[in-house]
Amino acid sequence: MPAVSKGDGMRGLAVFISDIRNCKSKEAEIKRINKELANIRSKFKGDKALDGYSKKKYVCKLLFIFLLGHDIDFGHMEAVNLLSSNKYTEKQIGYLFISVLVNSNSELIRLINNAIKNDLSSRNPTFMCLALHCIANVGSREMAEAFASEIPRILVAGDTMDSVKQSAALCLLRLYKTSPDLVLMGEWTSRVVHLLNDQHMGVVTAAISLITCLSQKNPDEFKTCVSLAVSRLSRIVSSASTDLQDYTYYFVPAPWLSCKLLRLLQCYPPPEDGAVKGRLVECLETILNKAQEPPKSKKVQHSNAKNAILFEAISLIIHYDSEPNLLVRACNQLGQFLQHRETNLRYLALESMCTLASSEFSHEAVKTHIETVINALKTERDVSVRQRAADLLYAMCDRSNAKQIVAEMLSYLETADYSIREEMVLKVAILAEKYAIDYSWYVDTILNLIRIAGDYVSEEVWYRVIQIVINRDDVQGYAAKTVFEALQAPACHENMVKVGGYILGEFGNLIAGDPRSSPLVQFNLLHSKFHLCSVPTRALLLSAYIKFINLFPETKATIQEVLRCDSQIRNSDVELQQRAVEYLKLSSIASTDVLATVLEEMPPFPERESSILAKLKKKKGPGAVSVTELEDSKREGGELNGGGDRGPDTAAMAASNTSTPSPSADLLGIRSAAPVGAAPSSAGSLLVDVFSEAGPTAPSAAVNDDGFLRFVCKNNGVLFENQLLQIGIKSEYRQNLGRMYLFYGNKTSVQFASFTTTVSCPGELQSQLNVQTKPVEPLVEGGAQIQQVLNIECLSDFSEAPLLNIKFRYGGALQNLTLKLPVTINKFFQPTEMSSHDFFQRWKQLSQPQQEAQKIFKANHSMDTEVLKAKLLGLGTALLDNVDPNPENYVCAGVIQTKSQQVGCLLRLEPNAQAQMYRLTLRCSKDSVSRRLCELLAQQF
Amino acid sequence: MIKAILIFNNHGKPRLIRFYQYFAEDMQQQIVRETFHLVSKRDDNVCNFLEGGSLIGGSDYKLIYRHYATLYFVFCVDSSESELGILDLIQVFVETLDKCFENVCELDLIFHMDKVHYILQEVVMGGMVLETNMNEIVAQVEVQNRMEKSEGGLSAAPARAVSAVKNMNLPEIPRNINIGDINIKVPSLSPF
Repeated sequence: MPAVSKGDGMRGLAVFISDIRNCKSKEAEIKRINKELANIRSKFKGDKALDGYSKKKYVCKLLFIFLLGHDIDFGHMEAVNLLSSNKYTEKQIGYLFISVLVNSNSELIRLINNAIKNDLSSRNPTFMCLALHCIANVGSREMAEAFASEIPRILVAGDTMDSVKQSAALCLLRLYKTSPDLVLMGEWTSRVVHLLNDQHMGVVTAAISLITCLSQKNPDEFKTCVSLAVSRLSRIVSSASTDLQDYTYYFVPAPWLSCKLLRLLQCYPPPEDGAVKGRLVECLETILNKAQEPPKSKKVQHSNAKNAILFEAISLIIHYDSEPNLLVRACNQLGQFLQHRETNLRYLALESMCTLASSEFSHEAVKTHIETVINALKTERDVSVRQRAADLLYAMCDRSNAKQIVAEMLSYLETADYSIREEMVLKVAILAEKYAIDYSWYVDTILNLIRIAGDYVSEEVWYRVIQIVINRDDVQGYAAKTVFEALQAPACHENMVKVGGYILGEFGNLIAGDPRSSPLVQFNLLHSKFHLCSVPTRALLLSAYIKFINLFPETKATIQEVLRCDSQIRNSDVELQQRAVEYLKLSSIASTDVLATVLEEMPPFPERESSILAKLKKKKGPGAVSVTELEDSKREGGELNGGGDRGPDTAAMAASNTSTPSPSADLLGIRSAAPVGAAPSSAGSLLVDVFSEAGPTAPSAAVNDDGFLRFVCKNNGVLFENQLLQIGIKSEYRQNLGRMYLFYGNKTSVQFASFTTTVSCPGELQSQLNVQTKPVEPLVEGGAQIQQVLNIECLSDFSEAPLLNIKFRYGGALQNLTLKLPVTINKFFQPTEMSSHDFFQRWKQLSQPQQEAQKIFKANHSMDTEVLKAKLLGLGTALLDNVDPNPENYVCAGVIQTKSQQVGCLLRLEPNAQAQMYRLTLRCSKDSVSRRLCELLAQQF
Repeated sequence: MIKAILIFNNHGKPRLIRFYQYFAEDMQQQIVRETFHLVSKRDDNVCNFLEGGSLIGGSDYKLIYRHYATLYFVFCVDSSESELGILDLIQVFVETLDKCFENVCELDLIFHMDKVHYILQEVVMGGMVLETNMNEIVAQVEVQNRMEKSEGGLSAAPARAVSAVKNMNLPEIPRNINIGDINIKVPSLSPF
């Protein structure tokens, strides 16, 4: 007899379903459904009270309509009413409707909770199960509040029926997942763990999911589960196929439970207790042995179940990574599966081997399968399997086989499925960089990559090749030559043009000796691509052109001609037009020396972790990365980057994060290491930027004060940087108000958690300066940057600096950092222009001894005129010409704006080039200001 | 954890949708469509696992599916589940349906959607596996049926109605689901 008596359905429902199925068109179906919905609605609203059967029927119809993809916006109340019915079938359909259609923030939850409460206390196991199901399926916070204390009691009570126990275990698991704070295991812990010993296998099956989840979160409290799990596993594995009766599935004893037990053990390190460990190793060996035995059945279910256990056992062996014997056996077993006729097994073997490749013991063993894996990449019909093969090749790659693997991946890329191309490109780029011994191979590989899959080459990839070429002078000539050749192709990808423009602009001179690649030929080649490119690329090419003028003066006339033509100088795109105008002017006004300074070769980039890796990590989640990271730490020395400090490529970040269009962040903008390095967009600021270079290249701010002092005369730059974090500043001041943008960049690939920043004004500063800000997001993803805005108001003059405290968790460790924020009194300067006469008159007025502060000190930096001028301008005062009788001296005037008063300040700086000394004199209407300014400035020159 | 269980036919018509994480109704339908699109274009004899579509959570989730005659059974699971284990679980579920309905076919799922849900509830609860023993599951379903009977539902008349409906000349009369061996090919019934 069938368990479901097919006839007991509801006639009206069957008729309705048949109607729907007979509808000839979508329109007819919708019409029929709308008619039915109207009917049900009127029935629900009608005066006549509906009996349980009708309600049940209508609710069932609604469920069917929902399945067809129509939103159900009524009937919830009727479903809730059914919950309190005494009839099982009515209750059941009510619960079903709620499980399927009610989400966790519905306002009906309270009513539902009432019904659940009744059913839980009914002592009718079937009703209890229905109620527990409902909690587990909806799993709202409110339900957790109502039942989190009740469920554990049901779970461990001696008189609870097995089926209820099973439901209670999973119900508790769901509540724990939604509201871990409400589920307090404390007193129940040991009894829950002992459910692993329960007589009823179903109870163990349900309980193990709960225990696994709890163990992941509180490994110490649940440690005792390890020995219990081992003994349970051992009993199952050693049992004959008939021992467990119903739990034997196609001659395999309790496969599901075995898998779950093996998973649970993967939450822990190998057992410390020798006996337990011995027993476990025995189990694992038995499982491996069984794989070699002839199958007890030809059915695919039999081998499936057997292999499910085998794969979990192998995962556990890999997880322990401590038993070389077992690891080798596991590897051999997977090797067999690589060539198995079952696609599923090939897929899983490739996947498991990927994790095995990162084990020290088995990395070599995995490598022996390289031909098989390459073959899989070429011949598998199923893209899922090919993708796993590509993952495995990536994981097994090392210096010895990198060339072969990269070549195979490149050739696969030509025919690869679109869905996995971008990821493949990233992988090739990473491997090429990581295992490059000669860099010409690296350059060839990346250029090939662009040729084959240009569309999938992201910014990170081509930024990276440029960084590497710039940092390694032994490859620059080769890169220029290769890229020049690549550009000869009639159709080349825009990314190739970008790389070409950049590299020739920097290193075109290295190949200019050959008449076939003379400067003009290079220029014409680049310019032939210009019109086919997008705006950002054109902008980059314009920068390359101006660099050409510097590299090859003989091209100047031609290039100026190009810049001067209407399509450039009157281009409708602002960025292009501006570049054309500025570069044209720059090339005609500036002397060769200035030009050479401005357009100097790019300085080497700071060594950092490849941004490509960060991108891949983002794409693939943690799983795919562990392998790489492990390899990173193993082979640090050999890396291209020499394992310098790791952090995402800030330059690339700047380009993609700042609101300025990325083109302006290329050639010239990339130089300032600040993430806020908005490109200098006028020739003037461009010059200043070059002069104030001291900032970013100064040694990293190990002393927190150090960063502070560097900002007295400038507003933007990097305040602080270490291996983990970079803090950039951009600020602007007006009168007594200021706004400071702080950019926190996570240089690692790991998320920062609980990231908090506090700005405080110590001591009397509190009454002098008003700093306001909003809290920042507590999570900073690896490679990401977040921004914080401070609004600053100067109430009265001040000498101290506000403090910025930063706390966050990196990995497990709490990081704590306090910096002085570079808010100094001079930021509130308004420049004041005045004549020589006025200046000296005021100078004399401020003649009280306290009003003057003077300091004589040795020069710490270059005494170059332009540098000094730039600094004094950065100070915020007006630099007055023709005031001091001695033209070597500098005088400045300004008014400091505070809320309460204005403070006039006069400054005189007398350099003595011979002695490399300065004398600095300040006179201000307020004596404390004189002293503070003198202190600050004495350390700037 | 199992995030969703989807059953749809060769044409993508959903026959059972069960989500264990909340998705709005229209999103549920989109996920079914996306999943159908991903699964249906795959040949037989390729592997039974693939990465989840972007709507359901992308590569952090796997779709594990089996194709029986006219129906696809798709489980969307996270990385904590054993792929082969889930494949067996689908088999257990289908075999249970077969026992409960006696040679289950697509029409049984259509006309007894509620029953299918109840059977599924005995296997999976809140996204976690409750029971894998078929006899135990069937026993629970039988308990439910006895209670239903004892409450004296209408019985014989609708039964006739349903069997009449089943024999009507409908556009698609699905074959019985063949559960013995998934490798047996069933000729496609699709009109294309």
